[in-house]
Amino acid sequence: MKLKTLLMATAAAGVLASPAFAEGDMSLAEAPCENCADELTVVSWGGAYQTSQIKAYSEPYAEATGVTFVWDESSAEAVAKLRAMSEAGNVTWDVVDVVASDAIRLCDEGLAIEIDGATELAPAPDGTSADDDFGVLRVNECFVPQIVYSTTFGYRTDVAEWNGAVPDDICDIFDLEAFPGKRSLQRRPIDNMEWATYCNGTPKDEIYDVLSTDEGIAAALAKLDTIKDEVVWWTAGAETPQLLADGEVVMGSTFNGRLFSAIAEQDQPIAMMWDMQSFDLDGWIIPEGLDEARLNRAKHFLKFATDTQRLADQAKYISYGPARASSAPLVGTHAELGIDMAPHMPTDPANASNVHNYDYTWWADNRDDIDAKFQAWLVQ
Amino acid sequence: MSSATDTPSDAIAGDGIVRAADGTPLKRSLARALRREKLRSFLLIAPLLAFVVISFLLPIADMLFRSVENNIVQDTIPETVQTLASWDADSGELPDERVFAALYQDLQIAVEKRIHTRLGSRLNYEKSGMSGLFRKTGRDVRRTEAVAPYKEWFIAIDEDWGDIEVWAVIKRYSPPYTPGYFLNAVDAELTAEGAAMKPENERIYLTLFWRTLVMSLMITLSCLLLGYPIGYLLSHLPARSANLLMILVLLPFWTSLLVRTSAWKVLLQQQGVINDFLVWINLIDDAGRLVMINNQTGTIIAMTHILLPFMILPLYSVMQTISPSYVRAAKSLGASDWTAFWRVYFPQTVPGIGAGAILVFILAIGYYITPELVGGTSGIFISNRIAFHISTSLNWGLAAALGTILLLLVLALFYVYDRIVGIDNVKLG
Repeated sequence: MKLKTLLMATAAAGVLASPAFAEGDMSLAEAPCENCADELTVVSWGGAYQTSQIKAYSEPYAEATGVTFVWDESSAEAVAKLRAMSEAGNVTWDVVDVVASDAIRLCDEGLAIEIDGATELAPAPDGTSADDDFGVLRVNECFVPQIVYSTTFGYRTDVAEWNGAVPDDICDIFDLEAFPGKRSLQRRPIDNMEWATYCNGTPKDEIYDVLSTDEGIAAALAKLDTIKDEVVWWTAGAETPQLLADGEVVMGSTFNGRLFSAIAEQDQPIAMMWDMQSFDLDGWIIPEGLDEARLNRAKHFLKFATDTQRLADQAKYISYGPARASSAPLVGTHAELGIDMAPHMPTDPANASNVHNYDYTWWADNRDDIDAKFQAWLVQ
Repeated sequence: MSSATDTPSDAIAGDGIVRAADGTPLKRSLARALRREKLRSFLLIAPLLAFVVISFLLPIADMLFRSVENNIVQDTIPETVQTLASWDADSGELPDERVFAALYQDLQIAVEKRIHTRLGSRLNYEKSGMSGLFRKTGRDVRRTEAVAPYKEWFIAIDEDWGDIEVWAVIKRYSPPYTPGYFLNAVDAELTAEGAAMKPENERIYLTLFWRTLVMSLMITLSCLLLGYPIGYLLSHLPARSANLLMILVLLPFWTSLLVRTSAWKVLLQQQGVINDFLVWINLIDDAGRLVMINNQTGTIIAMTHILLPFMILPLYSVMQTISPSYVRAAKSLGASDWTAFWRVYFPQTVPGIGAGAILVFILAIGYYITPELVGGTSGIFISNRIAFHISTSLNWGLAAALGTILLLLVLALFYVYDRIVGIDNVKLG
């Protein structure tokens, strides 16, 4: 509940407030960096997302400092690779972009260092400390959040069999009578189990209590069973937009930024369904085991790249909401299309009237068990 | 020529020992030369040998070891493990105060080193909630000073410490080696009563092993059926057209795997090229479009296409060496076309079939990218689960156990093949 209230408040502020202070405050990048390496290896996801980071973070930083950036598109396997690097005693990455659940794993495994919000991160322009500015989004001491994204649904706007009706409720996913056709869902239990439990009639704040019982898991799988024959399971975020565009599926879940590009940039006959969108976070960690010069450089960069202005800048290139409360008022228009980005943010009040907050710690405890059951169910 | 037959008498000294030109006994000098030659040839293959040992044998040994290794419990909470040894899990009572005191002592050190959460994730593979329990307890150990009695202190932090099953799991997984990963890999688990099968709704690996084997065999068979005529054609066409055909065979071989897999998606999907064509020629109606992807059919079609060159090439190189005069001779002796082929030509191609089939089968059994992309839920392989445990769940012990079983399966099949066909009856050209 807390997360949602905070996000709503920041997004509301984004609509009401006007840009508060000047762009291009580069003092953090220009701040002296003693005993710092000249090269920085940054790991991210590739694609449009990495481009938005290059534009908003690394290009201005490189210009101010002369540091050379090496980008590695390995975020999807970051946890496994970092563990292997740490076992081999040779960590080659300096700053790594991961989702919040991976950050929890890395912190648990002792593979990421703790970052002090008071001294190693920039305060908001009005003096609010970084930890307060990030609020609950800073899920642990190792993780510096960057963006809020959501896993949500897109549907085709030209399905004749629906007779003009459009899905606007998450439970329409399970309604094959009113909304016949194939759906695409992510091949993992996270989110799907929660949506199924919710559509079984469980109130939102009891979902995880129900899923903590064997009966709850069985009931969620039984709900998913009702549409199993009509589901195409995806593993890569690009699959749902492709399946929707080709007409292979009539509705499907994916990351909201992917749907944004299919709708706004590629003009596909697709629309968003934001009900019960599942908020998730993406952010930075610094690996354990860097030598001093590299560590200093990584921290120096991170302080700059996660300040209020930089987080707001990123939203010009991709429709993900900045993780700082103080960045929301600064979100402007798309850098190329010129459209106002705020209505495309998952955190926009109109989109966030009913959201699902994915519980990282609950999943950290229960994922092994539920995943075994989910996969066994899939294979049957 | 003549001097060679004359000289021996000169080389034999008074003691009757044959000597080389420098006076050393010929036997020793020969042995030395032989040794030097052996050393030289060894040095020549040494880089390859070192490469094979370092990049192949050692990783395999490491993987085999990981599937049973379980030092983490003993290394993280040594005192607890020791005091827990005298506790009987079946007694129905919690361990006594000594164990809780030892746990507190161990955790203080572990929290300092930030390794307690690692133990938590390890034990979480066996029981849900362990990782949270250790994370939470670690936080309290760091922040607050514990007061005796420790048992009450721990249970106040999290009531799970009062759960006998939690302690039973710690005790069960405290030895440095465990069969737990292997049991998990065959859908069993370690319980208080020893090994037992998992509940029905969690069994998955045996099904996947079986499916991987059956589907790999089907892929091998379809590669053979499609590849044999092409190999035959290649070896019987005049050189110019054969070369053109060869390029057509190799072209997909040089194309990126992902591109080929995505191309199959475009072709096979319900709104795809093949279905559109079938609808257009009115063979099927719009509602009855065929489902050819995201299932076993998709995996078999895409993988057959990807692995086909590995079947064609050995077949071709073997067929090329078969002289056409054998078949001609058979026919001139009155054999029908079929008899000449089946009794004379086909047996000579068996080494090529063997080589191609083994190559394709072994490649197929370890494939995971293509099944992941086109396999849906019914077309995925055991290797997809191995990849999942390596990169997502980080359960490397289980991944190693699954990998080991897969390796043993392949070796067993190899042995069977050797007994039936004979391994020396395999030719790559």
